[in-house]
Amino acid sequence: MANKKLIQGNEACVEGALAAGVRFFAGYPITPSTEIAEGMAERLPLVGGAFIQMEDEIASIAAAIGASIAGVKAMTATSGPGFSLMQENIGFAAMTEIPVVVVDVCRGGPSTGTPTKGSQSDFMQTRWGTHGDHPVIVLTPSSVQEVYDETIRAFNLAEKYMVPVILLYDEVVGHMREGVVLTKPEEIIERKKPSVKPEDYRPYAAAEDMIPALAPFGTGYRYHITGLSHDETGFPTGNPKAIQGLLERICGKIEANRHDIIKYNAFDVDDAEAVILAFGSPVRTARHVQKEARARGKKVGLFQILTAWPFPHEALQEIYAKTQASFVIPEMTLGQLADEVSKSVPRDKIYSVLRNDGEMITPAQLEEAVRRVLE
Amino acid sequence: MNKNWEVIISGSGGQGAILAGIILAEAALADGYNVIQTQSYGPEARGGASRAEVLISSEALAYPKVQNCNLMVAMTQESLNKYGGMLAPGAILVTDEEIDTSSVPDGVIVHKAPIFATAARLPRPMVANIMVLGIMNTVANVVSPEHLQAAIQARVPAATIQLNMEALAKGIEIGQQLV
Amino acid sequence: MNYKDMLRADKMPHIWCPGCGHGIILAAFLRAMAAKEVDPDKVVVVSGIGCSARASGYLDFNTLHTTHGRAIAFATGIKLANPELMVVVLTGDGDCAAIGGNHLIHGARRNIDLTVIVFNNSIYGMTSGQYSPLTPHRKKATTAPYGNFDHPFDLVELAKGAGATFVARGATAYPRQLEKVISHGLDHKGFSVIEAVSQCPTYYGRRNKMGSAVDMLHWIKENTSPGGKEEGKIPLGVFVQVQRPEYCSNYYESIESLARGEKGE
Repeated sequence: MANKKLIQGNEACVEGALAAGVRFFAGYPITPSTEIAEGMAERLPLVGGAFIQMEDEIASIAAAIGASIAGVKAMTATSGPGFSLMQENIGFAAMTEIPVVVVDVCRGGPSTGTPTKGSQSDFMQTRWGTHGDHPVIVLTPSSVQEVYDETIRAFNLAEKYMVPVILLYDEVVGHMREGVVLTKPEEIIERKKPSVKPEDYRPYAAAEDMIPALAPFGTGYRYHITGLSHDETGFPTGNPKAIQGLLERICGKIEANRHDIIKYNAFDVDDAEAVILAFGSPVRTARHVQKEARARGKKVGLFQILTAWPFPHEALQEIYAKTQASFVIPEMTLGQLADEVSKSVPRDKIYSVLRNDGEMITPAQLEEAVRRVLE
Repeated sequence: MNKNWEVIISGSGGQGAILAGIILAEAALADGYNVIQTQSYGPEARGGASRAEVLISSEALAYPKVQNCNLMVAMTQESLNKYGGMLAPGAILVTDEEIDTSSVPDGVIVHKAPIFATAARLPRPMVANIMVLGIMNTVANVVSPEHLQAAIQARVPAATIQLNMEALAKGIEIGQQLV
Repeated sequence: MNYKDMLRADKMPHIWCPGCGHGIILAAFLRAMAAKEVDPDKVVVVSGIGCSARASGYLDFNTLHTTHGRAIAFATGIKLANPELMVVVLTGDGDCAAIGGNHLIHGARRNIDLTVIVFNNSIYGMTSGQYSPLTPHRKKATTAPYGNFDHPFDLVELAKGAGATFVARGATAYPRQLEKVISHGLDHKGFSVIEAVSQCPTYYGRRNKMGSAVDMLHWIKENTSPGGKEEGKIPLGVFVQVQRPEYCSNYYESIESLARGEKGE
C-alpha cells in the first residue's frame, strides 16, 4: 500500500499548492478556511516563499494578484464573507488575465451564516460573483485526495489560460481527514513567455489560442496593465470593436478549451434510469447510495462534477439523449445546481434533494428520493 | 478480517475529543484500513458539545459520517444526552462512572470507568482523552496497540509525550479490568 | 536620464484639465527619478482609480492601474514577491484616504518599502466633484451642496500615527520643494508617504469660488508654509524620517535562517 498520510482537506490544499509551485500566499483568517493560511504560514518560509496576513480579504487577493504580476505563483483562501469581499479583484484578474488561485471553503450564508458548518451555496457566486461578462474556472473536489489533486490542477489551469481559478469545496471536505497519497504532479504548467523583443511587444496581442503572453514585471518588458477595457497594447480604449473583441477573447479562450478544462467522473451511467448528479460532499452520499442501489440491481448511475465552471453541459446532454434518465440532484443549496442542470435536462426529469441547514445530505434522504424516482 | 467501526468520541469543547478521533484514525490508517475522520463543533473553541467521528473499514468508504454507531466515548453528560441516541444495538459505550446512562438504548454494552477520578490523580488531568482512548481500544480492540501508541506520539506536543504515555498505560489497565 | 524619456510620449496629451495640478506633481516625480540611477525595467508604478491614477499610464515603467483604493495592497504583493523592484504608488485623496485608507495605515504599520505619493486636490475629480476625506470642513462639493459636514484627516498626522517611517508634504505652488521631498521619499528604505497639495480648478475651485488655476496656486502659496513654521498655515516639508527594519528585508532575512534549520521562537 502506498504511503498514505492522514490529513485534512485544508491541509491537502496546502500540500497541493506547494507541489504545484506556489510561492506566495496572502490571506485573512476566516472559518472554515483558516487551516490553509496557517499551513502556508508554516510552510512557505521554509521554501523561500512569502506568506503575509493582510488587513482584509480585499487586500489579500490584491496582494496575491500583485505577486502573480511579479511572476510568482500566488493564491489566497477564504470563505463566503471574505469571498464576497474579493469579488471586485477577481474581476480585475479576469480582465487583466493574471493567474491566481482563490480557495473558497464554503460555509452557510448569507451574511455571517453558519461559520462552522458546510454549505454549497456559493456555487453561483463562484461563476457570477464579480460584475461583468468574465471568464472563470471553478473546480470542486469532494475528498481529501481530490483536494490535493485539484489544487495542483487549479494552478496549472490558471497558468495555462491566464485566468483566476477558484477551488470550491464545502466545510465538510475542508475539515475531513482521510488517508492521502501526496504524489508528485505529473505536469507543472508555467505561463507563456513573450516570444518577441521588448520593442515589438504587444502584451494583449494574443495568438490564435487567444491566450496572451504576459511578461512578469521586472523582466525587461515595460507595459501597462489596467482594469479598464483595453486594446492589444494594454492601454485603455473606448473603441467599441476593441471592447467587444476583448470580452469575446477573454471569455472565448475558456469556452474554446472546455474539453481540456472540464473534468467529471461518470459511474454506471450508460444504462441508468436514474443518475445522481453532485459535486463536493454530496458526492460522498451519492456514491454510497449509488453503489448500494446497484448492489440491489437498481439502474442508478452517478455523475460527479469536478469542474463546475465551465459547466459540463455537453456530457449531461449526451447522457440524457442516450438514457432518458431522471436526474436526482442532492445539493447543499436551495436549488442552484439543479437550475443550471435544467439547461441540459428537462425540468420534469430533475428531482432535487435540497438541504442547506449545515448538515450533510444523508444516505437515507437520498435513497428515498432515488426510490421515488425509480417508481 | 472484515472490520467496520463507526466511532463517535464526544465531550465538551477543549477536552480533546477531536484529537482523540484523529489519533484513532491515524492508528487505523497505519493498520491498513480505510478511514475517514470528521468533526462537529460550534463557533466557540471552548465549551459546548463537540464530537469526532471516525469510520474504519476494510471496505472503501464514501459517506463520511457515522450512521450506525457501534462504538462511542462520551466524556460528559451533555454529550451522552446529545449523541446517545445514535448508538446502534450491540454498540459499545465507554463513559465516566459519574455519568447517568439510564437513557442509553437497550442492547448497548456500557462500560463505566473512573475516567476523571483517575485523570485527576495524573500530573495533568488534560490527558483524560488519551486515557479514554486506551480504555476504549482495550475493551473494543479497534486498532493495534503499537499503532495507537505511535499515533499518540506523533500527534501530541513533544513535551507531553511521557505524560500521555502514562495516561495511555493507565487507560489500558482500566480497560483490562473492565473486560 | 532625461525625464522626458520616462514619459510615454504617444499617450500625450494627458486627460487632466487645463490648470490641474497633477501634471506639476508628475513632473516633480519624474525630475526626482531622473536624478537617480534607476533601471526603468526595475521600476513599477501602481495606481488605483481617479484622476491621479491615470498618471501610471503616462510613464514608461512597468505600470499597473488597479481597482479603486487598492493600489497599496497590489503594490505590497509585487514588492514582497520581488523586493528588487522599486515600487511607487501614485494615488489620490479619495483613493488613498477613503476607500483605500485601511491599506494606507497597514502599509505604514508594516513599513514595507513603497513610496506613496498622494495627489491631494481635496475632491473626487474623475467623477466630477464629490467630497473626499481631505475636503475641508464647510467646503462645497456636489455631494456637499450646503458645505461639507465632515471633518478632514490631516494625512501627515494619519501617516505618522500609523507608523510610516518617512512622511512629507509638498505643494504644487512649490514644485522644487515637492521634487526634493519626493526624491527623499524614493531614497528612503521603508514606507514613505508624500502628500502633494494640488489644485482642481474645474470642480473644487469653481464650486468654492476660488478663481482660476493661477488664483488657486496663489491661494496654496499663501496658505502653506514651506519652512513648516508659520502659524495658521499648512506646513510643508519632511516631518518624519526614521529608520526601522523594512518589511521585506526583515521577512527574507528571517526566513533565510529558518531555511537553514534555525527555527524561530
